[in-house]
Amino acid sequence: MIAFLLKRIANAAFVMLAVALLAFVIFRFFGDPVEMMVNEQATLADRVELRERLGLNDSFITQYTRFVTDTVQGDFGISYRNQQDVMVLIKERFPATFELVLVATVISLVVGIPAGVITAVYRESRLANILQLGSIIGVSLPSFVVGILLILAFSVSLGWLPAFGRGETVDIGWWSTGLLTPSGRAALMLPAISLSTFQVTLVMRLVRAEMLETLRADYIKFARARGVPAARVHWRHALRNCLMPVITLTGMQIGNLIAFALVTETVFQWPGMGMLFIQAVTFVDIPVMAAYLMIVSLIFVVLNTLVDITYAWVDPRLRDDTASAGGSNG
Amino acid sequence: MTLRHLLIATAAVASLAGAAQAENVLKWGANRDIGSLDPYSFGDSFTINVLNHVYEGLVRYNKDLEIEPALAESWQVLDDQITWRFKLRQGVTFHNGNPFTADDVVASLTRVSDDTSPLKGNLPAYVTSKAVDDYTVDITLNGTYPLLLNDLTNIHIFDKEWMTEHDALMPTDVGAGTEGYATYHANGTGPFIVESRQPDAKTVFVANKDWWDEPQHNLDRIEFTPVSSAATRVAALLSGEISFTEDAPVQDLPRLAAAPNIEVLEGVDLRTVMVGFPFRDTLTTGEPNPFTDKNVREALYKAIDLDLIHQKVMRGKSRIAGATVAPPIPGYVEALDELPDYDPDAAKTLLADAGVPEGLEFEFNCLSDGLVNEEQFCQAIASMWSRIGLSPKLDVAPRAVQSPKRTNGKTDLYTLGWATLPLLDSYSPLLQIFHTKDGNAGVFNWGGWSFPELDALIDAAGSELDLDARLALQTKALQMVKDEIIMIPLHQQPMAWAITDDVAEMPLFPDAKPRLWFARMDGES
Amino acid sequence: METPPALTLTPVRKARLSRIRESDLWFSFRSHPSAIFAVVVLLFVTATAVCAPFITPQNPYDLASLELWNSEIPPIWAADGQWPFLLGTDTQGRDILSAVLYGSRISLIIGFASVILALGVGLALGLMAGYFGGWVDNVIMRIGDVLLSMPFILIAILITAIASASLPTGLKDVLAAPILIFAIAVPSWVQYARTVRASAMVEARKEYVQAAKLIRVKAWRIMLHHILPNCMTPIMVAATLNFGLAILSEATLSFLGVGMPSDQPSLGTLIRIGNQYLFSGLWWIVVFPSIQLCLIVLSVNMIGDWLRDALNPKLR
Repeated sequence: MIAFLLKRIANAAFVMLAVALLAFVIFRFFGDPVEMMVNEQATLADRVELRERLGLNDSFITQYTRFVTDTVQGDFGISYRNQQDVMVLIKERFPATFELVLVATVISLVVGIPAGVITAVYRESRLANILQLGSIIGVSLPSFVVGILLILAFSVSLGWLPAFGRGETVDIGWWSTGLLTPSGRAALMLPAISLSTFQVTLVMRLVRAEMLETLRADYIKFARARGVPAARVHWRHALRNCLMPVITLTGMQIGNLIAFALVTETVFQWPGMGMLFIQAVTFVDIPVMAAYLMIVSLIFVVLNTLVDITYAWVDPRLRDDTASAGGSNG
Repeated sequence: MTLRHLLIATAAVASLAGAAQAENVLKWGANRDIGSLDPYSFGDSFTINVLNHVYEGLVRYNKDLEIEPALAESWQVLDDQITWRFKLRQGVTFHNGNPFTADDVVASLTRVSDDTSPLKGNLPAYVTSKAVDDYTVDITLNGTYPLLLNDLTNIHIFDKEWMTEHDALMPTDVGAGTEGYATYHANGTGPFIVESRQPDAKTVFVANKDWWDEPQHNLDRIEFTPVSSAATRVAALLSGEISFTEDAPVQDLPRLAAAPNIEVLEGVDLRTVMVGFPFRDTLTTGEPNPFTDKNVREALYKAIDLDLIHQKVMRGKSRIAGATVAPPIPGYVEALDELPDYDPDAAKTLLADAGVPEGLEFEFNCLSDGLVNEEQFCQAIASMWSRIGLSPKLDVAPRAVQSPKRTNGKTDLYTLGWATLPLLDSYSPLLQIFHTKDGNAGVFNWGGWSFPELDALIDAAGSELDLDARLALQTKALQMVKDEIIMIPLHQQPMAWAITDDVAEMPLFPDAKPRLWFARMDGES
Repeated sequence: METPPALTLTPVRKARLSRIRESDLWFSFRSHPSAIFAVVVLLFVTATAVCAPFITPQNPYDLASLELWNSEIPPIWAADGQWPFLLGTDTQGRDILSAVLYGSRISLIIGFASVILALGVGLALGLMAGYFGGWVDNVIMRIGDVLLSMPFILIAILITAIASASLPTGLKDVLAAPILIFAIAVPSWVQYARTVRASAMVEARKEYVQAAKLIRVKAWRIMLHHILPNCMTPIMVAATLNFGLAILSEATLSFLGVGMPSDQPSLGTLIRIGNQYLFSGLWWIVVFPSIQLCLIVLSVNMIGDWLRDALNPKLR
């Protein structure tokens, strides 16, 4: 087990080094950093001097090593656009994105699990068919279209919920939360729903597939035969068996939700990391882009590694290398 | 007390605190965020404008855009004609309580004119300054120069002690990779104090109770929120989430005006929108550049249906321009505003006579985050040029992507909007755009032209202290710009602000700058 | 937006498949009204998109054909509607119907091409990894790991943003679509490669391959014949669903402003432009492209779903 653990961690570290290489290449070769920094009156001599001072004339390896060393210490430099420390910028934005993703995940579980059970248990019922149709529409609607529709309906026509921003926030240490104020919670509703549409259908489809499988299992048939009430069989015994894959999926999808939140954040002008990234893309603010890439990948890799390790701990057979090859398709 | 209780208690206290003080809160939904809290960090009019609520200059514009004393009470030009002596206002304090003195002025001028300062060009004639006594400063220029006061309206004064204490005496150097203290903190003398700032999310200003001037506003708080999407800004206004925007999209004005709780304030901006030509030997395609031929430039001018753009793209809200400066700008005369006839056939003939090949390809560089409806009028112009047999390649991208291309001459035609800020004088475009590129002159001469006769006129104006004589020189120079068709003026762009009904007064300024120290809301205060 | 996880990649044994596939599939298709509906819609959309130059009143990509006087005309059934602008025009005088059809063409081409590219690369690399094993396998799979450890949408945005900032304007117009195809294909080949690799590894251990290796015969040819049919089922299902995802991704990128430029609008670009006019009463600019986009993706997903259920014996 320890060997497996070490191997997985080494693997994760390797992946992060490769991502760092990619971020570095973007950082170094995408546009000319000097050109981005100097003002319009800068002379050629100013540029040469700046280039030397930034160490852009050093060898590739030296520069990459420096980038990795700085990154490990959480030092991404300062933003070209607003001259602020990139790490501070991201730290400020993280709570907004995290709360959005958290609420979207909760919605996806609360809606997705019952829907999945219903579609599996009452396969031919009208409700199940409607839910099935809903789920396929859910994966087919682009999330920005969902966002626009929600704004049109609930903000503009009905005027119930705000169309942008986070509302009032409360600071608890460095964490700013919108969950404790009414306006913060109201502002969270539409973006969270919009972000969760895709995830709801994922959870629902997974639960349905697992349930269909489980319902065929002998112990379920046995329980039924013994006269255990159907509801109890379905919602307790069968569902419990499906939860592990759902938890795994949810864990692995959190990274994706964080990344995909950038679309939602753009539509709702949600001041999270995603909007920071999109703005960095339009302003060619490379330190922010590189930092965002690194941080989201780190979250991704950590979650995937944790999931793998948990699985191996639960099921020792998976410690064999070949078996894990077809695994995570995050 | 459990953690949960603690959290709820904190939240309750925080919301109570918020409710108790906020009486007149102006919620400003801006088109974009300010770049930084440091007004010297970007040569960007909007950032400087917003920070003008916090920082002040030695002089300022009043409600009629005339220069009046601010931190300086009086001034005179000394006998050598190049030294200006300013008497400073006494009893002014910075937001941190430090007194305002001559040392602060010298330190601020040193900071803004440093080689690494992006605002260096805003003080072109400055050489040095020294404190004569605590409340007297001498500023030495490189020659006689008539527009120093105009320049100084936008040079904000910092507190020297505060800068020294926080190692902010010099502008933030992006190359050094560390954040400057002034980027995140502000300490001015102005009518508002920065309470908090979260970039791209919210910046809160509160009224400065100890301001040296008698406040005309009755605001307690300004909550500045950037809402970059135009549609979201409209939605936020309609739902009352913001109470003021300085950029109401022109296409949504009818809808906003029809809403019972919203008032639209419209005017014409001083900003003149122009299209610039390249004067280099070759185009970006490597082909020889036909635009050095004046007849070709005229052909492109004649091919643009200015009236159609005015009606359709600008929805009748713009002012069609023939001159490169707007009418209220000193130096403008009506003769400059004469328009050519829209005549695509004549344009075709001109092109043919000049030997321009059919389907000539060239780049047309526009910004996606620049002028009012820029993407649309660029597309419309490109379409008009295609109809006289040219093949313009439209290149629309954000400013950050386009700026390096423009300043390094890596594009052909381009758009430019110029409002003559902060000078409010036609000397500004003449020096910065139309002069040959040379030091502080011709910084925005992206086409790379050089007209020695024009330069001579501009230089003469730049050292002429007599107002009428100076304006005559500038008018002559503007006429020359027009005759040579160095750039095609299109229009002065429309300006539309919107306020909700709890805002009682919001004076609209033709330089498009909100000055909220003149704003009033309905509530008492 | 990622691969739905319920995708079951269990290889079905070949013998049984070849015997019953044809008739079985057809029967299943006929008894699924949603599948029929989806195929009809998709065929119709594809046909109109392919024929767009012949049936639209305007070429929306030709700047010279746009007439600003005709801008902002509402759909034909509204009071101010005008022939021939059935669905109205946008702010440049671009006919919305023409733009939607041309836009669908771009969306379909980008979706299709990126799936084919990812499929080609994925199959080739997966086979190589499975057959050669050792360091080849290691390198390919580690590259795959790295790609999968970055969110799909992030990779695509980075690629398109970098390309559009570093290419000269002249090339940018021409290369906009190829860049998108590449950007969408890069993160998606790994899934195919992993599936094929698993099958290839099983096959590579078989005796005939070992023997062939010993006598230096090109065993991979024989292998191809064995491996590909084995993993074709899951790959076909994945490819169909990925086609829908690719179209969605293209629309998302264009909506975010890093996809197709506004003078060659795809459906996502049209929605981005229309979104600015949401409150100005010009609803038709955003509504019709949105409907078309949703219809396309919905029908592709319905076909994908049906294929998966039909080919997966466990769910029957």
